[in-house]
Amino acid sequence: MKEIISSITQDYLYRLIKDGKRIDGRDMLEHRDLDIQVGWIGPAEGSARVKLGDTEVIVGIKMDEGEPFPDTPDKGVIITSAELIPMASPKYESGPPGEDATEVARVVDRGIREAGVVDTSKLCIVEGEKVWMIFIDIHVLNFDGNLIDASGIGAMAALMDAVVPASEFQDDAEDYDLPIEHIVIPTTFTKIKDTIMLDSGLEEEKIANARLTVSTNEDGDIVAMQKGLSGTFEYEDTLKCVELSQEIGGSLRQKVIDIVEKGKV
Amino acid sequence: MSDNKDMELIDENGKRLDGREFDELRDIKIEAGILKRADGSAYIEWGKNKVMAAVYGPREMHPRHAQEPSKAVVRARYNMAAFSVPDRKRPGPDRRSVEISKIISEALEEVVFVEMFPRAVIDIFIEVLEASAGTRCAGLTVASVALADAGIPMSNMIASCAAGKIDGHVVLDLGKNEDNFGEADVPVGIVPNTDKITLLQMDGNLTKEEYEEAMELAIDACDEIYEIQRDALKVRYSTTLEDHGEPDDEIEKIQEEA
Repeated sequence: MKEIISSITQDYLYRLIKDGKRIDGRDMLEHRDLDIQVGWIGPAEGSARVKLGDTEVIVGIKMDEGEPFPDTPDKGVIITSAELIPMASPKYESGPPGEDATEVARVVDRGIREAGVVDTSKLCIVEGEKVWMIFIDIHVLNFDGNLIDASGIGAMAALMDAVVPASEFQDDAEDYDLPIEHIVIPTTFTKIKDTIMLDSGLEEEKIANARLTVSTNEDGDIVAMQKGLSGTFEYEDTLKCVELSQEIGGSLRQKVIDIVEKGKV
Repeated sequence: MSDNKDMELIDENGKRLDGREFDELRDIKIEAGILKRADGSAYIEWGKNKVMAAVYGPREMHPRHAQEPSKAVVRARYNMAAFSVPDRKRPGPDRRSVEISKIISEALEEVVFVEMFPRAVIDIFIEVLEASAGTRCAGLTVASVALADAGIPMSNMIASCAAGKIDGHVVLDLGKNEDNFGEADVPVGIVPNTDKITLLQMDGNLTKEEYEEAMELAIDACDEIYEIQRDALKVRYSTTLEDHGEPDDEIEKIQEEA
């Protein structure tokens, strides 16, 4: 269902943007306060509670033994799901995931599974028979814009927090940290008229024309992209977003590392 | 993208598995107006991909709560037939097809004059009959032709094509094995002439320089595809004298009928 915005707010936003300002006083390329708490959920093998401004997301990691895919018999399996529960917004309804939830889950998944964040070859128990299945579940508690970044950062932090519960399943095995190879950070830009801004809030998202998510790793490589909404980007815009993502991703990455390190002690 | 690196994707002569150059598209054929019941339709063969699109509408939007008071909803449904891939695909929407349907709908909405049909829906059904990498680009390309065939008012069509990386080289229009064993895939959809980007996704791993190279390849190829789209419409709608017989015969026929 479409979010509704009053024309007064809409005009006000447009006027502000014309003057290079935003509704909450941020710079165009400034993200909202980011707060991450890891290990918050006891029964989960790894978890993170992320607040990006008022957008709040909990990501939980659960692991289980399971059968590998036939084409990758020696690799663990990663499955990402997202739920936009009715608690998070008056526009969300209960029921199976809709297209918004599916998009969030698939974009986060691409930035993790395809980007080789987890070394899945270290998650093989018996080749062709038994591997670790890693379930990443994204639970949105409060929706105030930019779910993709909050969810992506949350999933990354939760994975870094995660411990493989080997001792629960096998007699002579010890638990070990999930083997993390890369730390991927998503950055989402929205375009309103001709202005590009980072991390849009709910009101800004309602009037956004186009959206572009760029996920980069610590080497500055692009590992996932997704354009959303019906507006367009110029090719040069996308290049600028890539450069900004490399830059902003760097500082966010350090923050995630620091918080997870502290949380693990 | 798989990290299985055993597969050689480029031979010693610098050619790809199917003999293509790095910047060469697979063969593309488009036919407009292939289904009678639909308001508009088109069929594309893109390498080994076979994809059909049908357009219905503008028509009343159901469910009604999904109506937009100031514009029409552009609703594309991307669907893969169970027999379109080597291992039978379970019929019905899965997460992949839900996502692809969403981004194709958004990409097409940009060019359709949706303000002309408040509360209506324009349905676009994209059926993948044979899949061999690049079906979302083929689907978006053929859906644009079907929309034009349906006479939907629009500013332009969307042309779409992917570029990617295989064996460390940036190449155009990944084939099946290149998609499975390559290192990156970047599907792009543009409004031709303006080169505005309406669809952009990427997975795998690319440096910024490789991204630039891939985008240039894909955008250039979209211009080529646009020509094929336009030709399909010309074949369908341009008429010649032979199509109608001699003018005098026509008049006689009409008089007889009257």
